[in-house]
Amino acid sequence: MPSLLDYRRRIRAVKNTQQITKAMKMIAASRLRKAQERMVGARPFSKQIVRMLHDLATVVDEEMHPLLATRDLSAPGARVLMIVVTADKGLCGGFNTNLIKAASNRMLEHPTRHHTMALIGRKGRDFYRRRGMPVTFELSGIFSHLKYSHAQEIARVAMEEFTSGRIDGVELVYNEFKSVMQQRVTVEQLLPIPRLPLDSAPTGGIEYLYEPDPQKIFDSLLPRYVEFDIFHALLESAAAEHAARMTAMDAASKNAGDVIDSLTLHMNKVRQAAITREIIEVVSGAQAL
Amino acid sequence: MANPSQLTFELVTPDHGVVSELVDEVQLPGAEGYLGILPGHTPLLTTLTVGELWFRKGQQKTYLSVAFGFAEVLPDRVSILARSAETADEIDEVRAEAQRQRAMGELQKPSTTPDDIERIQASLMKALVRLQVANRRRAPRA
Repeated sequence: MPSLLDYRRRIRAVKNTQQITKAMKMIAASRLRKAQERMVGARPFSKQIVRMLHDLATVVDEEMHPLLATRDLSAPGARVLMIVVTADKGLCGGFNTNLIKAASNRMLEHPTRHHTMALIGRKGRDFYRRRGMPVTFELSGIFSHLKYSHAQEIARVAMEEFTSGRIDGVELVYNEFKSVMQQRVTVEQLLPIPRLPLDSAPTGGIEYLYEPDPQKIFDSLLPRYVEFDIFHALLESAAAEHAARMTAMDAASKNAGDVIDSLTLHMNKVRQAAITREIIEVVSGAQAL
Repeated sequence: MANPSQLTFELVTPDHGVVSELVDEVQLPGAEGYLGILPGHTPLLTTLTVGELWFRKGQQKTYLSVAFGFAEVLPDRVSILARSAETADEIDEVRAEAQRQRAMGELQKPSTTPDDIERIQASLMKALVRLQVANRRRAPRA
């Protein structure tokens, strides 16, 4: 049976761990707030870019653009680039595992397709590297200082691979921020750009002057749209990561509290037993006299 | 339709917040030259290059540096979608100067390829515009 001292040591150890998990939870909470603000800050941009695409799509031949060229992704031998967005760090519950599982399942569902990977975040990179998947692109350590230029870099590679014909499509796998308690793994087709959400909003029939011509504006707006799509996914993923870590660390702190309680109970029992034993010894010693 | 007397000026970037103001006049760096826009302008869509943008409220002019983007002009509104934008106060002059020096240095190197030159020129342009806009802060003109 462990001695009183052993119990004391173990309680102290668990308390130390609890302090760390508590601190991590607080940090995650404050980072989450910042990440959420950035997500909200990006919203007007997304509204605006979609609206401009609307306006333009009525006057240009949208099928002409190489980023919209549809290719059959379900055909055998289709080459698909999977952009997998994981976190750089662990200790955030099932965040990374769920995502990697979803990405792997997606690839198993389409065994005839030929997959290559673009890995964002250290966790995904480590996982797929060990398994020897063909990796076209990797980028990690960006989530501590996420910038738009990171999304641009990813988009540039994806668009280059796509327009050069080395791949037939790009899919984006990331954790979507549903709420603080909930993250949802999302698989999204990035390229070719699926039907733009063009039919919903009316354009109002305004006739614009275009400078330069509309086709050129459209052509330069589309890549921005792809970049922004990726940027949006990165922002979502960052917020979801902090939310997941916060929840995980909260649970860990609670568990540590439970462990401390039960250890304290055991320790008190052991102490009580020792006291009782000593009393018996004293009493029986006195009787023997 | 009566001509509106003012413009709603809106600027959004993916990285940070929005500027939204009621203004009297806007000038922006269009792909084919600077454009001055007054209330009642014909609807116009244009791409933007690197350059200086300002909007005027009464006598008060506010300067911004913008780099690449799109502008949509309506009779009563100007919406700008820029890759990056900074107000005169946000610009770090020291950094901009360093950027300018670096770009100049790189252009001197014999090893630069045409692709590089294009990239460096863009970087140089940005630095120059930043410095120009930052200067406006020091010597405000009505």
